[in-house]
Amino acid sequence: MEELLTKTMTNQKLMTGSQAIVHSLIAEGVDLIFGYPGGAIMPVYDALYFVEDKITHILTRHEQGATHAAQGFARATGKVGVCIATSGPGATNLITGIADAQIDSTPLVCITGQVASQLLGTDAFQETDIIGISMPVTKWNFQITRAEEIPYALAKAFYIARTGRPGPVLIDITKDAQFEKLEFDYKPFKGMRSYVPVPKLSLTKVAEAATLINAAKKPFVLFGQGVLLAQAEIEFKTFIEKAGLPSAWTIMGLSALDSDHYLNVGMLGMHGNYAPNKLTNECDVLIAVGMRFDDRVTGDLSRYAKQAEVIHLEIDPSEIDKNVKTDVAVLGNAKESLKALTDLVNKNEHKDWLEKFRDLEKEEYTEVINEELNPKSEIMSMGEVIDKINLHSDQKNIIVSDVGQHQMIACRYAKFKQTRSSITSGGLGTMGFCLPAAIGAKMGRPKTQVISIIGDGGFQMTIQELGTIFQFKTAVKIVVLNNEFLGMVRQWQELFFEKRYASTTMVNPDFQTIVKGYGIKAKKVDKRENLEEAVKEMLEHDGSYFLEVMVGKENNVFPMIATGASVSEIRLK
Amino acid sequence: MKKQRYTISVFTEDVVGILNRVSIIFTRRKINVESIAASESEIKGIYRYTIVITETADQINKVVGQLDKQVEVVKALFHPESEIVHQEIALYKVRTGVLAAGGNAEKIVRAHNARVLSVEVEFTVIEKTGHKEETQQLFDDLQPFGILEFVRSGRVAITKPMKTLSSIVDQLEKLVQN
Repeated sequence: MEELLTKTMTNQKLMTGSQAIVHSLIAEGVDLIFGYPGGAIMPVYDALYFVEDKITHILTRHEQGATHAAQGFARATGKVGVCIATSGPGATNLITGIADAQIDSTPLVCITGQVASQLLGTDAFQETDIIGISMPVTKWNFQITRAEEIPYALAKAFYIARTGRPGPVLIDITKDAQFEKLEFDYKPFKGMRSYVPVPKLSLTKVAEAATLINAAKKPFVLFGQGVLLAQAEIEFKTFIEKAGLPSAWTIMGLSALDSDHYLNVGMLGMHGNYAPNKLTNECDVLIAVGMRFDDRVTGDLSRYAKQAEVIHLEIDPSEIDKNVKTDVAVLGNAKESLKALTDLVNKNEHKDWLEKFRDLEKEEYTEVINEELNPKSEIMSMGEVIDKINLHSDQKNIIVSDVGQHQMIACRYAKFKQTRSSITSGGLGTMGFCLPAAIGAKMGRPKTQVISIIGDGGFQMTIQELGTIFQFKTAVKIVVLNNEFLGMVRQWQELFFEKRYASTTMVNPDFQTIVKGYGIKAKKVDKRENLEEAVKEMLEHDGSYFLEVMVGKENNVFPMIATGASVSEIRLK
Repeated sequence: MKKQRYTISVFTEDVVGILNRVSIIFTRRKINVESIAASESEIKGIYRYTIVITETADQINKVVGQLDKQVEVVKALFHPESEIVHQEIALYKVRTGVLAAGGNAEKIVRAHNARVLSVEVEFTVIEKTGHKEETQQLFDDLQPFGILEFVRSGRVAITKPMKTLSSIVDQLEKLVQN
């Protein structure tokens, strides 16, 4: 049969729509996809059966898991993540992951089956208007009702997903189009007049930016995922080193610059580091590179960097002036913009200015960091678990985090020596993201140690993906930092709702028993003296490993910028 | 910040669903669309949506930026009232008897420079083009005589700046070739 298919392909190229879909994927270089079968997508699964040597399909345990796994894959590899689901509930289950990918600019192609075209709009079994539903959360979407549309639509989908500011694309294919025959002729998509992926770099703007930077006494760089997406890590480092620019990251930009780089001054935002938040309101020139001034980064906008001249290097024109008024906007791909800018900036060191960051860093260490990493109390903290991972690994791990206190702690304290190594749900804040995203990351970079850091709440949101780990023997390390609370919400209840802990207490099952059922080696640590050994054992273990650490129930994450406060009002306690 | 009326022109490819993609940009920001009109533009295959909203200068910039960003939107532009020439059309259905009675109704129609489109035994359809205030005035004047049916189109507008759509499209098409 396979021989027959190959023969058909090379000689006549006549094939069914579903065969055209899998051959389009192959033509795009896709060898790994995540998904879940069902009625309206069955012909595509049948076609996948014949190309198992070329495309591996990972059966997740829920369609949401398939999108997050595709996201994890995309974020770890820089390639387009692909996921596939059936119509109706299969399609709607993808939405959270698609929304997450949209706000975090992750390239995805999601393929959904749809009822036959003559049934559209009839409330047919498992019919849902997924084009309408996904429109607000996709970069582009399209419904295929005729097989001949498949090669062009898929080529266009991949092109749109990966170019410019990347994002998710959804292709909905009616069942009759999957059965229909077509002459298959795949041509890579070359572009379209209504979509300009990368704006042309203006050298005038670059020169204006350089003039501001060269005149600055207290310049300060904020960098985001744009550096990673443009693969501009080296250009970025060269730029900041030449001009001597202290640089702070958004959680989406984490790992683009080594943690211990002398110009890395830490994390921005609500639970970020003390110095970069405080000094945002003292710098004279603020240089934003591939970031979008999210409200979790800026706090109160009316008191955000008002003293500074703002330079914004950005690929998406609609981000300019969206939140923060820009004095010089440099539109373009960060790699190209940074290269051009580096040529024009003067060599500089800004020693005294950098010293200010170091001074505040010391203050934060004494007030917060020291206690988090070396608690005086016998109650364990989340930070010390991360610290042990730093200590016993080469710091070239991929750290995947979920959403909440443990996420902030993981981002704050994990050390990175390798780019594209932090994967987290930044913009959407999707609990349950971590476990499936870690699976996707591990499958994308099988030789890299992938450690997922999850809270006991988020773990149970997508716990069924343990089944995927079991079936595919995915060697991810799972660290559950268990405080038997929905910790971040509880922290807010403590600080802003007079400790009224409404529905944040978790009565958890025995995770050890559950995980063992999935054949995963498991350990629980509830005393500090056992922590270090357990972390070492996990890191050295060949295969998946589940480490549950019982941490302080009512520990808080500090520093913190309360909602509505200014970045300079960041609290240490 | 003060709100004012803006006319947005969105030029799109001719594809299913683009109206939804355009309209959800407004829905998401809870902006009320005062009027919308769509037709093919002077270039075959490019559709033109004329949308009227009342917003602040800051918000209109962001909204049009988002419209322009949509993959199948060729170009999105906005103009204050001073930069456009615009028009609307309204149709009024009244009883023929009212006009035939020789009273004021006929005078009103004449005074407004309105056109009689169709006369039937029972009813007459009157057409009036103009700005909203003008078509509204005719509505108000005819109302005492009884209006059986009334409909007004969305605003259509031509912009005063001389930059043409074809020059924009040429520029964009060159980018694709390069």
